Amino acid sequence: MAARALINVPKTAKRGDVIEIKTLISHVMETGYRHSNTGVIIPRDIITSFSCKYNGEEIFATTLYPAIAANPFVTFHTVATESGTLAFHWIGDNGFEVTEEAKIVVE
Amino acid sequence: MMLSITRRDALIGGIAVAGVLPGAAAANTPGQMETAIRRVVGEAEIRKGKVTLDLPPLVENGNTVPMTITVNSPMIKTDYVKAIHVFNEKNPQANVISAQFGPRAGKAIVSTRIRLAGTQKLTAIAEMSDGSYWSDTQEVIVTLAACLEDLI
Repeated sequence: MAARALINVPKTAKRGDVIEIKTLISHVMETGYRHSNTGVIIPRDIITSFSCKYNGEEIFATTLYPAIAANPFVTFHTVATESGTLAFHWIGDNGFEVTEEAKIVVE
Repeated sequence: MMLSITRRDALIGGIAVAGVLPGAAAANTPGQMETAIRRVVGEAEIRKGKVTLDLPPLVENGNTVPMTITVNSPMIKTDYVKAIHVFNEKNPQANVISAQFGPRAGKAIVSTRIRLAGTQKLTAIAEMSDGSYWSDTQEVIVTLAACLEDLI
């Protein structure tokens, strides 16, 4: 299953600025509380955690629950300290794992 | 062999299904929300303020509800928000999201989209670096609930 992740990080920022990071990943986020037409419970299939590292240092992490809507969209902020890479990591049920990166230039 | 369903069987089956479904859809209750909150917070006192839980007051579709949590904090090394937790009253599970922050976050704001199974109250709790807890509660009216439409 190819999950598509969209990440919005400003390409450049001034040192010390607070930047907004928006992330969106395609995922059904099946709650495990719904029934199929035959009355059988559809097993849970959700993303359980999402984290972001800025040059290797974790700046943001979340635990997601079934109450998060399909295609989880998460927005957060960070201080632009230095040029480098932002690494995004999603982990979910059934071995789901996606890693994405975004570059930022800090002046 | 499965084709020989009599009217009586069908009726009994129907009653059985009707009896089971409300149980299967058993939502959590405000009491369970309190338990879930205490599991995270422990015995600490939760004060009102500092946190703003931003949700639309009237939601047409409970499957995607935009939610923003803002905590009033300078986000410096000595005073920052450690975590934000959101809880609900009526979804099958009381937890909605937990987010961990550090002073590197710059602003203690997190936005996402959530599911709501019916009209209910949501509570956001922020854990500060000094160990104090602050909260905000919002009531949301939902016209089309998430999760449950598949059961009807």
